[in-house]
Amino acid sequence: MSPLLSFFSNIDPQRETQVSPKVALSEVDQQMRVPAIMFTTFAICWLLVGTFFAIVASFKMHSPNFLADWEFLTFGRARSAHLNAMAYGWSNNAIFGVGLWVMARLCKAQIRFSGLLIIAGIFWNVAVVIGIFGILTGGLTSIEWLEMPKQVAPLLAFSYILIGMWGILMFRYRERGHVYVSQWYILGALFWFPWLYVVAQTMILFEPARGTIQALTNWWFAHNVLGLWMTPMGLATIYYLMPKVLGRPIYSYYLSLLGFWSLALFYNWAGVHHLIGGPIPAWLISCGIVASVMMVIPVVVTAINHHMTAVGNARAVWCSPTLRFIVFGAMSYTLASFFGSWMALRDVSLVTHFTQFTVGHAHHGVYAFFAMTMFGGIYFMMPRLLAREWPSATLIKVHFWFSGLGIGMMIVGLQLGGWIQGLNLNNPDIPFVSSDPETMTVIKALVPWLFSRSVAGMLLTIGHFAFFVNFAWMLIGPRAVRYKEGPTLLGNTEGKGA
Amino acid sequence: MLAFSWSGLILSSVIQFGDLKPIALNEGETPMPIARVGVAQQGKEIYIDQGCLYCHSQQVRRKGYGADWERGWGDRQTVPRDYILQDRVLLGTSRTGPDLMTIGQRQPSADWHHLHLYNPQITSPGSIMPPFRYLYKTQKIGDAPSPNALTIPDTFPEEQPPEGYEIVPTERADQLVEYLLSLKLDYELPESRFAQ
Repeated sequence: MSPLLSFFSNIDPQRETQVSPKVALSEVDQQMRVPAIMFTTFAICWLLVGTFFAIVASFKMHSPNFLADWEFLTFGRARSAHLNAMAYGWSNNAIFGVGLWVMARLCKAQIRFSGLLIIAGIFWNVAVVIGIFGILTGGLTSIEWLEMPKQVAPLLAFSYILIGMWGILMFRYRERGHVYVSQWYILGALFWFPWLYVVAQTMILFEPARGTIQALTNWWFAHNVLGLWMTPMGLATIYYLMPKVLGRPIYSYYLSLLGFWSLALFYNWAGVHHLIGGPIPAWLISCGIVASVMMVIPVVVTAINHHMTAVGNARAVWCSPTLRFIVFGAMSYTLASFFGSWMALRDVSLVTHFTQFTVGHAHHGVYAFFAMTMFGGIYFMMPRLLAREWPSATLIKVHFWFSGLGIGMMIVGLQLGGWIQGLNLNNPDIPFVSSDPETMTVIKALVPWLFSRSVAGMLLTIGHFAFFVNFAWMLIGPRAVRYKEGPTLLGNTEGKGA
Repeated sequence: MLAFSWSGLILSSVIQFGDLKPIALNEGETPMPIARVGVAQQGKEIYIDQGCLYCHSQQVRRKGYGADWERGWGDRQTVPRDYILQDRVLLGTSRTGPDLMTIGQRQPSADWHHLHLYNPQITSPGSIMPPFRYLYKTQKIGDAPSPNALTIPDTFPEEQPPEGYEIVPTERADQLVEYLLSLKLDYELPESRFAQ
């Protein structure tokens, strides 16, 4: 048999279904232990790096003289380092950790090739380090969401493909039978991301498309990273953990299917709404607007499904660290998505486009929904991987409150301030700046809101440090909390939650 | 699914306007737009690696949609053909600062741009644009002051160079300013005439 043939027959799951019994979850946890902990550790380190750049960029926006003589930290570079550390560092490592672990648990099969995950994961993170270093030292590409110099793109793509292949192989080996909705989302996302990344890199950086087609490709990519990569991974985590912790099935299987397919159908057309009013054909923009409005369907469907699953269990939600974060994430998903559909309307975009409103919206989706969900996932996953509990319930509470209040304040501040900024931009009588200190200007009206963002950012920083300390303590500290004593909860409950 | 949207959004645009060419309004005139070359093109690299795009867009919206026209950011809206010769399109999605599609027409003075880049407060008090002092160097005045030395107004004593020194642009600052001066929308296209 040729090596290629033997490879394919080797990964054919049909041959082994009779011989391999269903693998216990504890066994999956044990086999996933090293790669999942590695990815989570990378993710949390990147979270701190990204937070640092975020604070620098945020301060620079209202106090432009802050660290102004260091070229590598100039605003354009610091904010890009922040975005890429968060998107490719924190988010992707969190996805590789939590998402693949959820996939492995649902597949209930023997874990194979976990060494592949570790090697590819290390290469991925090396590539992100090089990329961020490149951004800071002059390699910034000024293409939103693809800021890293193009030289690291092949390494990123290659390590991703190894990781994605692993996830897809895991699915191939799964225990036959029912495929849970989380697996749909994860499998879809594992296929979508490499497509997006490779096409966008090629059409913008390696073989640039003509004129504004670059901008179209850019927003097709950037919006889909949120919609077809982070969103499905976040939703998969919610769909897995919410019924798991509550100990009751998801409300409706059919709604979850409808949610998945409508998301897959509509989301990928929506990105063009970032170019409303711009130099591209109007019919393309109309397509983007229609798709953005149609996104209401998957969002409502998913919201009903999540709500009906959790309803009546407020006490359990409040006491479980996992559920607190996950429910916060699920509610933010609904709200952020409604805002997104609304912002895509031409009349609304007229005000919000080009302003901080969009920045607030981005944090609504990526932080309040995605990051909070991933925090919840990590709170659930780590005790099972390590067979030890979170050392401090107080630190979890600090993390939750500072992150929750911080992101709430940031979204309100940026969206109110952005709305005012947009109204001012559309009023030609209000100048950007003025030598007369009495005159109202666009900038003067905006600065207090930018300041509120910095305060909100500091709250988030405190939350992230609490998370990091708790995580490091759990990982390397002595067994602070024994497994026997039961899970770390955030209040008294009658034996429910985790 | 993704392949559908890719073909719908991107492939169809390639088919629709992927082969746009420069065009002359009247016979005998130079077809527009023309490619940016030389120092201005080098300056675009500086514009890109400093991340100017994250606060400044380069697109003019049609009269009646937003206040682009009233603010004097351009005499006409920009259309796909305006960008076809650019190796990297910098439309931008943020207007923390003004649009720069026509900054070369609005601020035609290189001295203004150098002062503005050195410290935006000199030309635009209250601005939140970062100063790009690191694109300039302070050097001892030689036999005669350099012709390109910055003339910093007396109202900014803290920005004055020490006695016997002068502040001059580095090569990168010159390139960047050359690029900014080249940003103009001073030609018409059949599909976009002035005051539209």
